[in-house]
Amino acid sequence: MFSGYMLNTWAAASMVAAVAGVVGFFVVLRGSAFVAHAVPHGAFGGAAGAYLLGVNTLFGLGAFAVAGAAGIGWLGRRGRHDVVTALSLVVMLGLGSFFLSLSSEYSAEVYSLLFGEVLGVARSQLLPIAALGLACVGAMAVLYRPLLLASVMPEVGRARGLHTSRLEAAFLLVVAMATTMTVPVVGAFLMFSLTIGPAGAARSLTDGPLRAIVLSVSIALVTVWTAIAISYETNWPIGFFVGLFGVGVYASARGWSQWHPTRPAAAG
Amino acid sequence: MTTSSRPTNPASSPSDDPSAAAVTGPLHIVFEPGFFSSGTVHAALVMGAVVAAVTGTVGTFTVLRAQSFAGHALGELGATGGSAAFLAGTNPLAGFVGIAVISAAVIEALGLRRPRTRDLATGLVLGAGLGLAALFLYLDTTSTSTTGASITILFGSLFAVSNSMVPSVVGLGGLALALVAVCYRMLLLGSLDADMAAAKGVPVRVVGAVYLLALALAVSLAAETIGAVLSTALLVGPPASALRLTKQPGRAVVTSAVTGIAACWLGVLLAYDSYYWPPVRHGWPVSFLIVAIIFVFYLGVDVCSPGRRHRRPVLEASADA
Repeated sequence: MFSGYMLNTWAAASMVAAVAGVVGFFVVLRGSAFVAHAVPHGAFGGAAGAYLLGVNTLFGLGAFAVAGAAGIGWLGRRGRHDVVTALSLVVMLGLGSFFLSLSSEYSAEVYSLLFGEVLGVARSQLLPIAALGLACVGAMAVLYRPLLLASVMPEVGRARGLHTSRLEAAFLLVVAMATTMTVPVVGAFLMFSLTIGPAGAARSLTDGPLRAIVLSVSIALVTVWTAIAISYETNWPIGFFVGLFGVGVYASARGWSQWHPTRPAAAG
Repeated sequence: MTTSSRPTNPASSPSDDPSAAAVTGPLHIVFEPGFFSSGTVHAALVMGAVVAAVTGTVGTFTVLRAQSFAGHALGELGATGGSAAFLAGTNPLAGFVGIAVISAAVIEALGLRRPRTRDLATGLVLGAGLGLAALFLYLDTTSTSTTGASITILFGSLFAVSNSMVPSVVGLGGLALALVAVCYRMLLLGSLDADMAAAKGVPVRVVGAVYLLALALAVSLAAETIGAVLSTALLVGPPASALRLTKQPGRAVVTSAVTGIAACWLGVLLAYDSYYWPPVRHGWPVSFLIVAIIFVFYLGVDVCSPGRRHRRPVLEASADA
């Protein structure tokens, strides 16, 4: 379980979980679960296009993720946010189906992009993942304070001179970057579960933003490690375990916080 | 459902059709030969109209209530229902509808009503459902090799529907419409201003649950017949455009249903004609064409409508809170 090619898997999955935990905190805080689903899922259309053109699927994923994020941000200024997210998603997937219709024999690779191939990570994939992951975490560190204010109290943020729409665009770009990095490794669906499950649980356990981020990353790491271990033993798909753990962790966290409605005041 | 990832040619050689000569003159440019005599096209036109009418009506409230994510998730969870039904060897439509209704119940039971946390509940259910789909597909593939199933469920095709599906789809669609019709006024009030509705004695929670059931029915039958992507497009696109064009809810419902049907029919026509288009002469995917039509229409309305930021329709203000 810890030898040879599995080491790549452990490393890649840990990096993905860390980034998903950090980005997920803001996704949950801002209530943009739909965006976190739409960008990775829609980016898959770009991978189909890249495959058709014969270039690295990473470029297709990145192009579509950025285009989708930009489209959501741009259209969202005039229309309903959930509406433009849904429309951007279906347009990207529609283009994907068009690309698929032009090429032949793609089904298996598509399947792996949606559900992930964690157990088949190559050593050459690790470097781009690490670079993009660092970029994501760095961007979140820079955006941390203004984005926090703009997410929790947008009115106050605007009064203090923050450009909330620019911040949102920057955040969407980070989501796009995280997408490009994670989808080839864990797939669009798994990325989504990892983003919102642990962060949602962390949010209902603590109010402190930094503590929530640390907790969210820890839960994401434990989730993905457990899922890999069980998946390795049973041969069942890893997405199944991550998806179930996401709901399980969230439900237990909610149960816990309802069982202990009055939290001990700031112990630490 | 489990065989091919793209639409099959509706008429492998349309020009062989004996009734092709019936379409002559200028019409010939628009309608390629055999369009009106092909059984596949008939089924696609009928099914597209039924599904577009149901999703257009139900979708108006989806947009008003800002529940697009739930609408999309319930459609995509059809992958879970379809794979479960395949594994169990039952009727796929039963699997689609069953899973959608169960998921809607779980989303409702998580009991989060503010838009931010409501999307979180939807997302968690979607994540778990897709995880289950991965497991079912894995179990399916180890026994019978159906890797493309998830892709088929995602994209579907109007040209793959058969006339035998029409009765059950019409029945379930009618049930969804009936649910919306029964609580139309309460639903409208609850969607526009939940607080005022509650003050007026509307059982907001019950109405919301009934609506979610209607949404689950409409979306799951749409996803089963035309794919999850197109079902989301039809659920959100025409209603969002219609709500830009008119502020009167009744008119918006009619406009969005009519727009959805028109988009479907135009898409079917273009897809049929596209068998003569470059770059590959085996037809463009009908789902892609309909999605493109819906999106272009939305963009057109968006650009032309006077409702800039300072004049956003009143309807939009309530759900942003």
